Amino acid sequence: MSRLRDWLVAAAVLLLGRGRPKRRETRLVAAGPENPGSELVAVALFLAAALCAAAFPVLYALDRLPRQTQLLGVAIGLAFAFLAAAMIVLAKRVVPDEELDENYSLPSVPKQEELVGIVEESTDRITRKRLLGLAAGAAGAAVGVALVTPAVSLGPVFDTSGFYETPWRRGRRLVDEQGRPLLADDIEEATFYTAFPEGADKESIAAPLVVVRLDPATIALPAGRESWAPDGIVAYSKICTHAGCAVSLYRSPLFEPVEPAPALVCPCHYSTFNPATGGTVEFGPAGRPLPQLPLVVAAGGELQSGGNFSQAPGPSWWGVRMRRPT
Amino acid sequence: MIRRVVVFVDERTGTAPFLKKALRYVFPDHWSFLLGEVALYAFVVLVATGIYLTFFFVPSTETVTYHGSYAPLQGVEMTKAYESVVHLSLEVKAGLLIRQTHHWAANVFIAAIVLHLLRIFFTGAYRKPRDLTYYVGLVMLFTALLEGYLGYSLVDDLLSGMGLAIGYSVALSIPFFGANLANLIWNGVYPGAEDFWSRMYIAHVLLLPVLIGLLIGIHLFLVASRHHTQFPGPKKTERKVVGTPTYPGQTPKSLGLLFGTTSLLFFLGGLVQINPVWLWGPYETYLSTNGAQPDWYLGWLIGGLRLMPNWEPSAFGYTFVPNPFWGGAAFPLVVFAVLLLWPTAERRITGDRGFHNLLDRPRDAPWRTAFGAGFFTWVFLVFVAGSADRIDVFFGLSYVDQIHAYWVVIWVLPLVVFAVALRVCRTLQRKELIEADQRRAQMEARAANRS
Amino acid sequence: MTRRALLLGLLLFMLAVPGAGAQPPQGIVRPANEAALSLQELGSQLFAGNCSTCHGSRGEGIESARPSQGAGNITGLGPSLVGVGARAADFYLRTGYMPLGDAGEQPRRSRVLFAGRELDALVQYVASLGEGPPVPSPRPERGDVARGLELFTRHCAGCHQVVAEGGFVTPAVAPPLDDATATQVAEAVRIGPYVMPTFSEKQISDHDLNAIIAYVEASKSPDDEGGWGIGHLGPVPEGMVTWLVAAVALVALCGIIGTRSRS
Repeated sequence: MSRLRDWLVAAAVLLLGRGRPKRRETRLVAAGPENPGSELVAVALFLAAALCAAAFPVLYALDRLPRQTQLLGVAIGLAFAFLAAAMIVLAKRVVPDEELDENYSLPSVPKQEELVGIVEESTDRITRKRLLGLAAGAAGAAVGVALVTPAVSLGPVFDTSGFYETPWRRGRRLVDEQGRPLLADDIEEATFYTAFPEGADKESIAAPLVVVRLDPATIALPAGRESWAPDGIVAYSKICTHAGCAVSLYRSPLFEPVEPAPALVCPCHYSTFNPATGGTVEFGPAGRPLPQLPLVVAAGGELQSGGNFSQAPGPSWWGVRMRRPT
Repeated sequence: MIRRVVVFVDERTGTAPFLKKALRYVFPDHWSFLLGEVALYAFVVLVATGIYLTFFFVPSTETVTYHGSYAPLQGVEMTKAYESVVHLSLEVKAGLLIRQTHHWAANVFIAAIVLHLLRIFFTGAYRKPRDLTYYVGLVMLFTALLEGYLGYSLVDDLLSGMGLAIGYSVALSIPFFGANLANLIWNGVYPGAEDFWSRMYIAHVLLLPVLIGLLIGIHLFLVASRHHTQFPGPKKTERKVVGTPTYPGQTPKSLGLLFGTTSLLFFLGGLVQINPVWLWGPYETYLSTNGAQPDWYLGWLIGGLRLMPNWEPSAFGYTFVPNPFWGGAAFPLVVFAVLLLWPTAERRITGDRGFHNLLDRPRDAPWRTAFGAGFFTWVFLVFVAGSADRIDVFFGLSYVDQIHAYWVVIWVLPLVVFAVALRVCRTLQRKELIEADQRRAQMEARAANRS
Repeated sequence: MTRRALLLGLLLFMLAVPGAGAQPPQGIVRPANEAALSLQELGSQLFAGNCSTCHGSRGEGIESARPSQGAGNITGLGPSLVGVGARAADFYLRTGYMPLGDAGEQPRRSRVLFAGRELDALVQYVASLGEGPPVPSPRPERGDVARGLELFTRHCAGCHQVVAEGGFVTPAVAPPLDDATATQVAEAVRIGPYVMPTFSEKQISDHDLNAIIAYVEASKSPDDEGGWGIGHLGPVPEGMVTWLVAAVALVALCGIIGTRSRS
């Protein structure tokens, strides 16, 4: 019992007792009035912070606690908030207020001169400064180039043929995401389908297609593509020629007289492509039409590729219009 | 006790003179001088939470099938990278708290840098001898933008995956060697080889944080060695800096700012959801969603990309400037170039090549303030244009009409803001002169009355 | 003060604009003695008064503009309703998409002006115009949410956004789906209203449709493990929180810690 009393007395002294600041003869830090009230406020804030921080491991230990993320966040957030408040109280009320001044440092011209002098005098006895400098520079540049050279192997930096390569060949079957072949009869109007080349890597940007069936009377493809749309079915690269997003929007009017004509739209920057005219851009920033893939309907009704894209698929680059895709 | 520590440290490091100077170093303490510190503390939180995340994130694009606790993704194929983030978010205690705190800290880090940059610009703090400090700061801003982009792209969710494709197209769009550069970085045509993910990862967790850390060190060293600038006032001159010493005065203030920033970030991390990748689903090159946006600090780029008309000049098979170049590369290049060249340009134009330790109030440099306001308006309008589609969904304002309107507004409004800002500065200056005159007249009248 | 009022007025006007164009300005036309009419009679009269101007007196559709004005001062154009069945009528009427004030505008969800019995009457009338699909009865409880997310991402998210918060598709708005009932989703998928594609049973089976609807239902209250969902749109609301909450709080904190006066 007396033990407890001792602890209580000690706590009371700690809280209520005041220490006397030591006084030097000449002060280094300004004196300030005592502010025991604010000291107690800071103590309270520290204790509050301790409590909230202590709650964190307790909340953490509980399993399947609903809203655990929120409770943990509030616990640690409050702990730091109380700490911040304690610091602010100390800053404004407990720590002495001092306004000191110093000189802005000026550049030291004598020392600058000395540095210049050191460099100049150390090279005093060199008779061929420029030649030495050039030679050292050449060596340094060459070593630099040599050290950087392995970076060239990071990728096929000089080989841009990959940009023209596609998995599409004449006779390649169109399949859906599960690998099932697309049948021409399954392609209905007023909706859109995503297709891939059979057996190829679906993630390659030259792979995915968007396939739609249009009213043949509305189709007006560029010259040379008259046979590319059997039965009104057209296929385009699904990768936008602007910035590479998947063109996954299809605008399909229910009532033609007042609604806009069918279009493929990209959700990134809203490049809008007309599937009836060869994927031409009718709105948005895309600089090239969507590459079109010629289609043929095989004997069994399966949709097959009739060749390769009209142009290399994917976003534009320096040589994108240079060659046909292979 | 303190004596023992001090003696121990000085005997072994000889730093007592330096520490004495450092502890009594003078800080002017206007509130706007604390913005850079906020950015610093956000970076501290980023590194601390980031280290935790590296203990859980798997930087691999190998495919796995999800069999975790979140029903809508059950049985879905995804990369290990994405799966590790979903697992951390939904099945590791405090995992989501720390992940969200990390992401909020990134957003706040760059916001604080921008606020700090605005303060530096509009008070002329970038003038000699602090132009080098300013350049270091701009490099940090650029690095931070890249660092944030890589960070949220590592997760491989649907939204950030789309963003990576766009980043790829901007790299491709660089005239002449864009494709070669992209091949180098991605190790082939998009989506690149497996090791592209390793490269993003090491850039994000090691290379760029170390770079930013080094730059912070240089930046702080330069600030300290030149002393902080101050607004003119009694006792405050080009020669004398007045303020609170590091210790004891500034220490609790800085600690308060550190703890306060940390507290806010943890509150956000726990209470406000950010980047809920389990809702977006994993990325595939052939999937996309409406409403995909980059994090706010890259929003100016999506605005630029969306606003550009579909110019893509080409001839003889050469595509001279692929379209994404303008909004994705040229636009930020111009902005950073203007910021970088501004101190030199101002020196050239005003002929003022002197040292400046005193700050200008914005009104005291009307042309600078007006230019800054106009330039900022230009960037801000492009930024806002990037969300025009959501404005259409929420408010019914036609997206197409908005784009056409922006084509005019982004050039006209900055000029208007320039003129208005110039006018406001001059009016405020004139008002002060008149008030000073009045006060002088009153004093003279009082003196005359007395005699 | 006046400038602020003008700005507020402009904002309110912008908010009011979408609603204004959607519905006929004069409201709907009802027969005088509704209660006495049979469902058939009521349907026919309501159709004549509110729909025939655009859809034709026998629902045959009006494909090109007529030189004279019709009833309700609306010169209408509208698709044929013969064979659209109860499904279409139920969808368009119960969402308030119809009646549409301006044939050129996008139909949007609006306050349903017809009363319950009137709706039943109209649906029955339109269904009687020709053989057509009935009102669907989807079973989302049988649908697998994971399969629904997969299908929704592939077919719907491009326009409606992956968590069904709505989106833009030049030049229309794909609406958010939080007000859509299971039946309305099932109807819309099969009808393809305005510029929405039409997904038949061949492309999306009824079984898959149940999964999609299960996902749409789930997306109305997504798993917000991280706290306040702020609209489930991603970076745009996140950026707003960064600037309007965090930046404001931090600047205030700087103001508390630092000094305010410059001298």
